[in-house]
Amino acid sequence: MERRELLKMIAVLTGTAMIGGDLLLSGCGQSPTIGGTTFSTDDIRFLDEVAETILPKTKTPGAKDAAVGQFMTVMVNDTYTKDDQKIFHEGIGKLNDASKEQYKKAFLDITPEQRHELLNKLNKEATEYNEKKSKADKESKDKKMPAHYFTMMKQLTILGFFTSEPGATQVLRHVAVPGKYDGCLDYKKGDRAWG
Amino acid sequence: MPENEFDAIVVGSGISGGWAAKELCEKGLKTIMLERGRDVVHVKDYVNANKESWEFPHRGGRTQQMIEDYPVLKRDYPLNETVLDFWVKDKECPYTETKPFSWFRGYHVGGRSLTWGRQSYRFNKWDFEANGKENIAVDWPIRYEDMAPWYSYAEKFAGIQGNRDGLDVLPDGDYVKAMEMNCVEKDVAKRLQDIYKGSRHMIIGRSANITEVRPEQKRTNCQYRDRCWRGCPFGAYFSTQSATLPAAMATGNLTLRPFSIVTRILYDKDTKRATGVEILDAETNKTHVYKAKVIFLNASALNSTWVLMNSATDIWPDGLGSSSGELGHNLMDHHFRCGASGTVEGYEDKYFYGRRPTGIYIPRFRNIHGDKRDYLRGFGYQGSASRGNWKRDVAELGIGADLKEALAEPGAWTIGITGFGEMLPYHENKITLNKNKKDKWGLPVLDMDAEIKDNEKKMRQDMINDAKEMLEAAGVKDVRTWDNPYEVGMGIHEMGTARMGRDPKTSVLNGHNQVWDAPNVFVTDGAAMTSASCVNPSLTYMAMTARAADFAFNELKKGNL
Repeated sequence: MERRELLKMIAVLTGTAMIGGDLLLSGCGQSPTIGGTTFSTDDIRFLDEVAETILPKTKTPGAKDAAVGQFMTVMVNDTYTKDDQKIFHEGIGKLNDASKEQYKKAFLDITPEQRHELLNKLNKEATEYNEKKSKADKESKDKKMPAHYFTMMKQLTILGFFTSEPGATQVLRHVAVPGKYDGCLDYKKGDRAWG
Repeated sequence: MPENEFDAIVVGSGISGGWAAKELCEKGLKTIMLERGRDVVHVKDYVNANKESWEFPHRGGRTQQMIEDYPVLKRDYPLNETVLDFWVKDKECPYTETKPFSWFRGYHVGGRSLTWGRQSYRFNKWDFEANGKENIAVDWPIRYEDMAPWYSYAEKFAGIQGNRDGLDVLPDGDYVKAMEMNCVEKDVAKRLQDIYKGSRHMIIGRSANITEVRPEQKRTNCQYRDRCWRGCPFGAYFSTQSATLPAAMATGNLTLRPFSIVTRILYDKDTKRATGVEILDAETNKTHVYKAKVIFLNASALNSTWVLMNSATDIWPDGLGSSSGELGHNLMDHHFRCGASGTVEGYEDKYFYGRRPTGIYIPRFRNIHGDKRDYLRGFGYQGSASRGNWKRDVAELGIGADLKEALAEPGAWTIGITGFGEMLPYHENKITLNKNKKDKWGLPVLDMDAEIKDNEKKMRQDMINDAKEMLEAAGVKDVRTWDNPYEVGMGIHEMGTARMGRDPKTSVLNGHNQVWDAPNVFVTDGAAMTSASCVNPSLTYMAMTARAADFAFNELKKGNL
């Protein structure tokens, strides 16, 4: 049993625990909800662009190259509770509304620079929300504040991207069969992490 | 010999069952190994062994469907997409909980030898003496000296990597070349050595992974993939499949029968001997009988006791071995899930290559060598140092190319240690047969009634405080502690319920693992344990099984069984 993994699994992504079928959230007492609602191909296109804005293509592949939009829908349908699914679905609308409010255009119609600016704002909003949530959750044992939809999208983007083939092998370094162990390998800034 | 007659029957095919089969077969006994679950063929059936993260639809996570299907397994890390094949389907095999108990089981050939943590330590001399000296439960009927040669024997065959560290609290064994600590672990180990002046140690975790090729066993040395629990295509870690089963098969004396649920041991009250076992074929639901002169019960601690409870009930209503009143009692586990972790400054110019399948170990230092606490016994720590990966929190970086570039590089070094504590054997911590609830095959299930008490709770305070103190003393920054809820069973080290002892009035087994009331029945898995120590127990089961098999064979030759 990879108990040492426990340490890694309780590490935080995006300042809050992993949403969905995570062991911290799926303890005794909480009954699971199975099956999700469908996402349209437009939704997947939308999520692809959200993911690409979070982790864009540079000299190396970006989120779209890793089909992160599709991955998000699988994860939301299969690993999220009904309540979290609802937050996620409503989040697509909220994100689009925020775009319309600021740029008078739907998210898919604004420029990559505008997308970056918008999601940066939403990321700040989500970060502040999570700070409040973490404080409130600590004080109240039974009732947790709902998760922020942008945190969901960001978590799933990071998870989906770095565990994808392009993410793990072209952005990170991946060796399937290392064959040996070196506990004191020289490292210089810029060398990529292991996938 | 009629086809249902053998010299020996081994019930179970996990770590201790595999050893029993190997030893008995190598001595020339025609042996049948009965496994309640399906067969798992070495390499061929390790279906996830070579999959990469992107080949798992949920990247190794858990779905709501899995949470629904696995009401027990979901309570901790074992429930995930990568090893689902190697855990029992909870709903087919229920049990009841008078007090919360997590029972993580592997019902298939190889049992939990496929998924075990592989940490392999000897009990020390104090572990065997403590019960007697402290007047806890009953005294072990054996001492370290009885076990030492068998530990060596088991280590040599299984292949344990580790150093001979020269610590009396953690006796050295016969090891293959040790794996290496990384530079941060070496640094912290040295600092602890200096600060605690040799009274506390950090060593490489000794584990059942071979570091040298073994052509005679058709096993390749560890390839540092750290995917052991999906089954190793190189046979680099010890499991029934990689080591004991092929050795037993090679003798030509072994018959392996999967889908064989042993429902009871058949007992002849005139000869006071077991005559065989009755099984339920898990696929056909048909009953079969197998006869033998010797029976080794290695069904995993609680299931071995379950078999005893269902046997010879016409003579003893509570089952074979119940005459002492101790059958089902003194259930133990190792309590854990608390510790500390922090960040290590510096070493930005160092990284590691390869995924090492073991961590570091800090052997027990409490209540030993003159230290005296307000509780009995002690604990050890397991942990490791590593550099942060893409899962780390970089909230301040927001989104975009900067975030991607930052996560593509390793983060700071971190180190974490988790305590594993000894749990005392309490008579009132017990399992009983619950005849009101039945499993998929209509068999009565176990009811669990066990908890940790004051001794363990006090110890946990030390496990947390000492972890923090040591890491801070070694210069680790931002040390935070954790204390996650622990319920008995989560350690997956179920022990006791058919303990060894010196007196048939207070124990189920004697010093050779024979059931007092049926000397040709041997129990050599976790059920036999009289106390728990704080070290991982599997190596002790291996050594104890080899020792008992040797004794059984000699007794058989002498006509004593």
